[in-house]
Amino acid sequence: MATKTIDGHQVEVNDEGYMLNPEQWNKNIAVEIAKEEGIDLSDKHFTIIDYIREKILSGEALSLRRIGKSGVVDIKEFYQLFPGAPLKKATKIAGVPKPESCV
Amino acid sequence: MKKLIIIGSGTGGTIMANKMRKSLDIDKWEITVIDKEKEHYYQPGFLFIPFGFYKKEDVIKPKYDFMPAGVNIIFSDVDRINGEKNEVILKDGVVLKYDYLIIATGARIVPEDTPGLKDGLWQKNIFDFYTIEGAVALSNFFKTWDGGDLVLNVAEMPIKCPVAPLEFVMFADAFFTERGMRNKVNIKYITPLSGAFTRPRASEILGHLLEKKNIEIVPDFNIAEVDNDKKIIKDYADNKVSFDCLITVPVHMGDEMIERSGLGDDLNFIPTDKHTLQSRAFDNIFVLGDASDIPTSKAGSVVHFSSEVLHENLMCAIENRPFTAKYDGHSNCYIETGHCKGALIDFNYDTEPLPGYFPFPGIGPFGLLKETRINHYGKLLFRWIYWHILLKGKELPISTEMTMAGKYL
Repeated sequence: MATKTIDGHQVEVNDEGYMLNPEQWNKNIAVEIAKEEGIDLSDKHFTIIDYIREKILSGEALSLRRIGKSGVVDIKEFYQLFPGAPLKKATKIAGVPKPESCV
Repeated sequence: MKKLIIIGSGTGGTIMANKMRKSLDIDKWEITVIDKEKEHYYQPGFLFIPFGFYKKEDVIKPKYDFMPAGVNIIFSDVDRINGEKNEVILKDGVVLKYDYLIIATGARIVPEDTPGLKDGLWQKNIFDFYTIEGAVALSNFFKTWDGGDLVLNVAEMPIKCPVAPLEFVMFADAFFTERGMRNKVNIKYITPLSGAFTRPRASEILGHLLEKKNIEIVPDFNIAEVDNDKKIIKDYADNKVSFDCLITVPVHMGDEMIERSGLGDDLNFIPTDKHTLQSRAFDNIFVLGDASDIPTSKAGSVVHFSSEVLHENLMCAIENRPFTAKYDGHSNCYIETGHCKGALIDFNYDTEPLPGYFPFPGIGPFGLLKETRINHYGKLLFRWIYWHILLKGKELPISTEMTMAGKYL
């Protein structure tokens, strides 16, 4: 475990940069993490981030399929907004744990 | 008379019928098993069929042969389960009441879920090896194939036996090497995971093994569609991989009856307590094996280990006692690596597969996460154990709970 200063706040992160304490998250921190990932956050990004935080913090597991069926965004657009590995990037920016890879 | 119904008589349902018939008084408890198919497939054997090691008849036996005396067997489709009323409704409208229900309906492949997968090239240049039909069709294709891009794609997790696709490409490497045409076959492993396997240590070791065998891994690939005309697969990020022969491990889902019953998640797997194996929706419904959503491998070893937990907990429920058994997610898989060698992994919810020896620390005879000859013979021997010991619900000398003894951190 390590700490990292993001937007002037000390936050706990794992060795891949995922925040360990979702309570420490705020929108400015999201903007900073997104910049590191090369993403400029829009309102649409935040709609998805809010959805991800709500689901993960209530204990639900998320998958690409579940997000595609959420009504918030379809998979194609999700890829456009968070290019490459959308679920990994979006969860990192949302300050929640990296989704456990299925077994 | 009290009634126990078991839906599904694959590995899990068959083991439970045998265990429960021994434990429940035949004068007080009626046990009914319902299944839509009469034949039991030894699914681990499917992998061996495309390469000519097994034939169809090596992996099929009548389900009836494995059922104990004193159990009713109904071969019928189930229309739905009504958990509120404790009823199972068969396709023809017959209603069966239960006191306790075990759902062991497994997982099935759904190639229709991926656009283009089941179009013109299906079973011509595109094959699965998770069904007997697919495995046999592929074995015929390989007899005359003259080489090209052999692409294995895992569509989406979870899948049955997450090591089987790795075994497939390693078998393919050995098969085409032995036929003297490995230089004409370009083997690629395309996966939605970030590496070869789901857990880090095994992923690294197995990843190196693939590299050594000249098998290319393309990670983080979530398939969006198959273009049959151009023979390419595309992912959502518009990455493309071309193929001459595509081996697909399609999307897996639970039985359609689960959806009709309103008991499943978005892949028709049933939300289940991962330690007690009780369904989250109804206290008198238990779920065993691939049909559940518990976060461990969809594999026979999981069914075997968790069946002992389910047996103990179901007896607790029946006798009005608190649950005493807790499933730890223990899974144990042989991994065929080709040329008569194999590896073995042993893990649970909390501990990833580690190198070492199994089952006896320091001795083995099986080596964990390393390629040995004895591991391969262990896998071959297992088919006999499966038919003669495991399905009958008899004890094997392997602990239900995973142990750290013999493993290196």
